[in-house]
Amino acid sequence: MSLGEPTQVRQEEPQPVGIEPADTTAAEQLVKTPMWRVRLRLFRQSFARNWALFRENKMGMVGLVLIGIFAVMAISHPILMATVWDPKVYHPVTGYDAVLTEFTVVEEVTDETSEIELMEARLKLNPTIDVGDVVRIPAQPAPPTWTGENPHYLGTDPQGRDILSQLLYSTRAAFFLGAVAALTAVVIATTVGSVAAYFGGWIDGGLMRFADLILLMPLLPLLIVMSAAFDINMVMLGVLIGLLNGFGGVAIVLKSQALSIKVKAYIDAAKVAGGGDWHVIFRHIVPNVLPLTFLYMMFGVTEAIALEATLSFFGLLNVPMTWGLMINTAQSNGYLLSGTQYWWLLFPAGLAVTFLAFAFFIVGRGMDEVINPRLRAR
Amino acid sequence: MIKFLARRLVQMALLFVVFLSIVWLLLQAMPGDIADTLVGNPDIPREQRIELRERLGLDEPLHIQYVTYIKNFFQGEMGVSFSRYPQDVSTVIWQHLPRTIVLFLTATLFAFWLGFKSGKLIAWGRGGRSEQGFIVGGVFLQTVFYPWFAIVMMWVFGFYLGWFPISRFIDARLWQGAPYDANDIFEQMIVSALIVTVLYSLARYLIRRFAPTVVIEARLRQAAAIVTVGGLILYWYLHPARTYVADIAHHTMLPVITLGLVAFGATMLLTRSAMLETLGEDYILTARAKGLPDRVIRDRHAARNAMLPVTTSLVLQLAFVIGGGIVTEYVFSWPGTGQLLLQATVVSDIPLAAGILAVTGVLALVGHLVADVLYTVLDPRIRIS
Repeated sequence: MSLGEPTQVRQEEPQPVGIEPADTTAAEQLVKTPMWRVRLRLFRQSFARNWALFRENKMGMVGLVLIGIFAVMAISHPILMATVWDPKVYHPVTGYDAVLTEFTVVEEVTDETSEIELMEARLKLNPTIDVGDVVRIPAQPAPPTWTGENPHYLGTDPQGRDILSQLLYSTRAAFFLGAVAALTAVVIATTVGSVAAYFGGWIDGGLMRFADLILLMPLLPLLIVMSAAFDINMVMLGVLIGLLNGFGGVAIVLKSQALSIKVKAYIDAAKVAGGGDWHVIFRHIVPNVLPLTFLYMMFGVTEAIALEATLSFFGLLNVPMTWGLMINTAQSNGYLLSGTQYWWLLFPAGLAVTFLAFAFFIVGRGMDEVINPRLRAR
Repeated sequence: MIKFLARRLVQMALLFVVFLSIVWLLLQAMPGDIADTLVGNPDIPREQRIELRERLGLDEPLHIQYVTYIKNFFQGEMGVSFSRYPQDVSTVIWQHLPRTIVLFLTATLFAFWLGFKSGKLIAWGRGGRSEQGFIVGGVFLQTVFYPWFAIVMMWVFGFYLGWFPISRFIDARLWQGAPYDANDIFEQMIVSALIVTVLYSLARYLIRRFAPTVVIEARLRQAAAIVTVGGLILYWYLHPARTYVADIAHHTMLPVITLGLVAFGATMLLTRSAMLETLGEDYILTARAKGLPDRVIRDRHAARNAMLPVTTSLVLQLAFVIGGGIVTEYVFSWPGTGQLLLQATVVSDIPLAAGILAVTGVLALVGHLVADVLYTVLDPRIRIS
């Protein structure tokens, strides 16, 4: 435990001021309070303060609610698979259900989802069928069904797999990817930013030029070319996006923040007390930069979700099922321009990506307003 | 200013070499070498394989290979494409590049112009009812799943309403037996558009310099816009190949609008927050106290200063538009380098993919440089010192 920290505590805690010099027990007690408890109290206080500010931002709250809904979706998939859903039918990748859809036999087909041509019906079923009959044929993709043995609330995809199950399963994958990317980015960015700010000189110059380079590099083409060379899976993609994001823009912003912390008195105090370089960086600079990193974590998650969805839309990733892959499936089976006719193929997945990215983005904006008072409404 | 730009230029050249090195490292990281891929056919005897490796210089030590690669790139030599075998990578890229650049440039300019205008107005009328709507819309455009958005746009405007052709760059039936080459016409269109842009910028500069009042300036600006754009349209209307030109223009619209819309959201939000910051400055208060008209305060005092952070962010936008361009080209079957990159990736045509990646890097760097020049022109602190 360094001497730097109690100084910091006393700055923010008004309590010790009232203690009389003779009252040694209270002072002793204060010193004896374990550090983690002090930290926890400080954290709770600043959290409550920031939460009050954040709550004023309506859009940020909407974002939080949206993220909550997606989190429930992510959790519900394994539960549903274990209880209600039969894996043979509802598995997001290998499930199959021959849904019988009702078709009206007609001469001229005007609506493909509910009508079938006379000759086709006769060929498929039996030659006695006539115009006006209602036949039941296993057709994929099937529209949503709410009844029956295995209801598909959002229909099935061109391979007979349940869309809702795919949607819920992909939610978990998106959260996982977002978490990996954001954590990697934050770890890299705080380290790089703090180190560059603390040491300065050529270390700073080198790291920042490198950050400039990464900032310039168009991420999507690079990842596309990498996917040709390597078999990229979810973890790898998360780490890659995190690395590139963390070393680029976020590191530059965090460095300027770290620079303003470096000149504070408690850093000098820590150094005078004999704290080494790395001790000062990781115990004093990094913790003070961290609040800002949460903000960039949110924007990082948005970007990671969009990148992953785009790459799997191109079919370049080695992933079992994601939202992007769902649209890829619809597209590669020729339903790209089906529009509203086969809405369940394109809209649930597309809207899910959009809304989750949207949610993280507006939460990030809300946090931005908490951190930068200049952005707040006056 | 010259010194600043020269330093940036040197920095960028260095950055580009580093970027190229990363591309080269990627090539090296591939399993097997290029000769293995090129002669994957087991019928080819061992001796010939060795000979090919020698001819391609793959038996040299790595550092020599590296130097050769960098040197060749600057001489425009990027190897031979596997998937379009006898053709050079550079030839294939040159064929596709103009279309990508047009998509990229027009979408960026459209987004910047519209985003800056609307961001300015939204910030100026702060607290209005429509503000929240614009913010939500801007954030939505910024975070929307772009491939899906492009598909929906294509379905609505191309298929359902039928206003625009659904995909590709030209209508093959119209061009069958046409006396013109589509690429030539397209290049002429680019050149004419560039000339008009330069003329218009020049006119704007002169008007700004010599117009006596703001109102007259605005009128003159409108007149200049009408004359230049009208002249461009008239020129192509009188051109013998006008149906073909119209076909290309018609095909270009939807991809540009789609890409531009997505980039527009980000610019609008940024302009708004930059504008809000400048509106709180003391010099705005001074301008008001002097009794200047609202329009002058808004356009000359606030927006002019808000332009600086927006120009800086243009650099970050570039990478975004490049990525978005790939998706646009894919969804709209637009035969540019982005679609080429995806095709090359799918068939593991590594030389072509790496070449496109390198060219994309050049594009990003040039964009960056342009943003830097713009910045120095806009910021008197750099311009004068």
